[in-house]
Amino acid sequence: MNDAMSRYRAITGHRLFWPAAVLFVMLAANTIYRPGFLSIELKDGHLYGTPIDILRLSAPLILVALGMTLVISTGGIDLSVGSLCAISGAIACMYISKQPDQSSLGVVVTALAMAMGVSLVLGAWNGVLVAVIGIQPIIATLILMVAGRGLAQLITEGQIITINSEPYRAIGLGHALTLPLAIFIALAAALLVAAFTRRTALGMIIESVGGNSMASRLAGIRSGRVIFLAYVISAACAAVAGFMMTANVSSADGNAVGLWVELDAILAVVIGGTSLAGGRFFLSGTIIGALIIQTLTTTVYAMDISPQTSLLFKAVVVIAVCLIQAPAFRARFSRRRRNSPPPAPVADKPKEQVPA
Amino acid sequence: MTDSRPVLTMTGISKSFPGVRALHDVNFRLFPGEVHALMGENGAGKSTLIKVLTGVYDTDEGAITLHDEPVSFTGPMQATAAGVSTVFQEVNLCTNLSVAENIFIGREPRLLGAVRWGEVRRRARALLADLDLDLDVSAPLGSYSLAIQQMVAIARAIDIKARVLILDEPTSSLDADEVAQLFRIMRQLRDEGIAILFVTHFLDQVYEIADRITVLRNGGLVGEYLTTELPQLSLVEKMIGKELDVLEGIEEHSRRDLAALEEGTPLVAVSNFGRAGAVEPFSLTIHAGEVVGLAGLLGSGRTEVARLLFGADRADGGQVAVDGTASSLRTPAQAIDHGVGFCSENRRAEGIVADLSVRENMILAMQAARGWLRPIPRRRQDELVDKYVKALNIRPADPEVPVRNLSGGNQQKVLLARWLITEPRLLILDEPTRGIDIGAKTEIQKLVTQLSDGGMAVLFISAELEEVLRLSHKVAVMRDRQMVAQLANDESLDADRIMQTIASGSHREEADR
Repeated sequence: MNDAMSRYRAITGHRLFWPAAVLFVMLAANTIYRPGFLSIELKDGHLYGTPIDILRLSAPLILVALGMTLVISTGGIDLSVGSLCAISGAIACMYISKQPDQSSLGVVVTALAMAMGVSLVLGAWNGVLVAVIGIQPIIATLILMVAGRGLAQLITEGQIITINSEPYRAIGLGHALTLPLAIFIALAAALLVAAFTRRTALGMIIESVGGNSMASRLAGIRSGRVIFLAYVISAACAAVAGFMMTANVSSADGNAVGLWVELDAILAVVIGGTSLAGGRFFLSGTIIGALIIQTLTTTVYAMDISPQTSLLFKAVVVIAVCLIQAPAFRARFSRRRRNSPPPAPVADKPKEQVPA
Repeated sequence: MTDSRPVLTMTGISKSFPGVRALHDVNFRLFPGEVHALMGENGAGKSTLIKVLTGVYDTDEGAITLHDEPVSFTGPMQATAAGVSTVFQEVNLCTNLSVAENIFIGREPRLLGAVRWGEVRRRARALLADLDLDLDVSAPLGSYSLAIQQMVAIARAIDIKARVLILDEPTSSLDADEVAQLFRIMRQLRDEGIAILFVTHFLDQVYEIADRITVLRNGGLVGEYLTTELPQLSLVEKMIGKELDVLEGIEEHSRRDLAALEEGTPLVAVSNFGRAGAVEPFSLTIHAGEVVGLAGLLGSGRTEVARLLFGADRADGGQVAVDGTASSLRTPAQAIDHGVGFCSENRRAEGIVADLSVRENMILAMQAARGWLRPIPRRRQDELVDKYVKALNIRPADPEVPVRNLSGGNQQKVLLARWLITEPRLLILDEPTRGIDIGAKTEIQKLVTQLSDGGMAVLFISAELEEVLRLSHKVAVMRDRQMVAQLANDESLDADRIMQTIASGSHREEADR
């Protein structure tokens, strides 16, 4: 009995338990509402079905959220990722549209390299503002969030640039091994970021800087470099997401690409268990967070919730997810259920909860 | 002056926090027209007493009376309304607002709901004129010095018909002229019959301004004295207290030949090293294998010396030589490159990274020195961590638990391990034994002895003189942000002599009253 209890605690106490449980409940609810929800079929060598769609559509958000995770872990925030998506997509599409042979692989690779180069420079700009000049991250990245939209407009000359490039389209809609290519790209990015942070000491040092910047400085960490790097990585992730978003529709609209994706990304990071105050970060949690958000969007469509109420529906679910995640809320809730005496013993109770 | 009845009395005040008894049966009284200094080391309970008085905390036991009426404030606002005003150490005014607005914010004279700005300015000018301050009341407060801001805060406080004025370390960021200006106003207010409770760490200031002194130690009342009847030396003794030496386990070790150690090139030598507002320029040499003790009261500049030597704060000037060659200690990373390590006294804010595990906290400094691209192989990490968990007897012995779950003493050992892993040549320990249990304390003291025997230089900072004496080869004494003496730890040196130096300053015997 006691043993089972402690095992139950160990499972529910795991940091991925609540995000995973929420995702599971959402999928289950969908399946009950529409029994065919989880079915996958093989057609023309490609797998089709709602779960595949969710994975494919969540790929850009996963990318953006991976970079955002690192930035948030340093104690910062990057509001410019949406604009960066627009800029990278605009540069790539603009370059391709100007070439005689849009479907040439060389052209696409050059376009991607150019767009990535500019994005890295813009990421470095964010990094310098925050780490060198010392502007508050929310303000520093707000500059590029606003100005970046203008920059994207400038690049596309205010037009929606449409292209007809098979290799570029494949980034968003192509298939490999029966699965959408976008899934593999997101997976590769996740593995790359994980390796980059966890195979080196970067992850620990980022967590240290975000967890206690003063102590980190006194331990000899040059935090500026690490923070700078986080913003550059975030920009790189956003650039790839921008390619995917524009490839999906074979066009670049400076105004619409990646609009509000920064907010979804922040939400995914928080759902994944990384604190907005900085410190420990959880890439796997972030990915589950992104999947939850995409599942929610799909659910809104699948359940035919009217567009007028869909935002409200999303908001309610998000609030519920965040509350379930919060240890303080869970503690209060479980206490009430057990009907134990109010405030007096509460004082030392939260201490137990903190490590979770 | 003292023949009237006290305006404020606190009797039998006790206050506990979980695990800490902050105040125990403390009495305090304040007479009209006196400046009453509240003295005590850090953690003695001074600020708790003030917070109890102003209603920030409620008391567990005890009573407070104001004008013979029992009172129990629920917060500073209510206390202020009853005539007990507090000016906190950090000036909590709005520097972007004008002087006049700051004085009257929240209680502006109004006519039909509209603020009468002319009236605000006129009354502000009159109030400041009473204090002999000639300020432009329309100028933003931020355009004046910190001292003036402090006085504006006082003006605000006394305008609320204050009978009791509490000044919590008002002088800690002021220079000598500014202090003189503040004291002039304090004397003026005292002569008008206001009772002033004055908290400071500066002994000279107490003797300059205070009529009466109450000393607290470890949450208990030591006593209430007239300033004229309490020599400085006795005050210091009463503040520090003479604790029973429970650490006899450590043998008399440190009376080694200082001369032998001090031969050859010093490991670190600084001269004319100082920082405005933190510590006056000082010179200090530290040799390999030497333990230099740093003694002095809290706020005397001990920590500031340590921070300068580690590059945590940047020195204004002066020369630094490491191994005899000129170099600089401008950032922690630079100091670490020179083989310096620093355990801050502020374990929570400047030491541990609470989120990270014991293992990660331990390897942090070494990893930082290597750079993130060259991670320490996991096997090497485990070896190092395992070694120090055993050597320092860290509990729980699981290196993967978050360091926040450890007790204070064990966190301190983790920090020590963080630096020992980097194999420093000079280790700066700022209050490494404060707030930890006696067992851990002994272990850390033993360790310092062993390390210096092994050739490591140690700068050891502690408020406990016995501890400093037991471990150091040489004791540098700090007083009022100056290094006033460097004493060889020979037969002639004992706690009394250090205390005397702290109380009077070796160069200023004549100042001893």
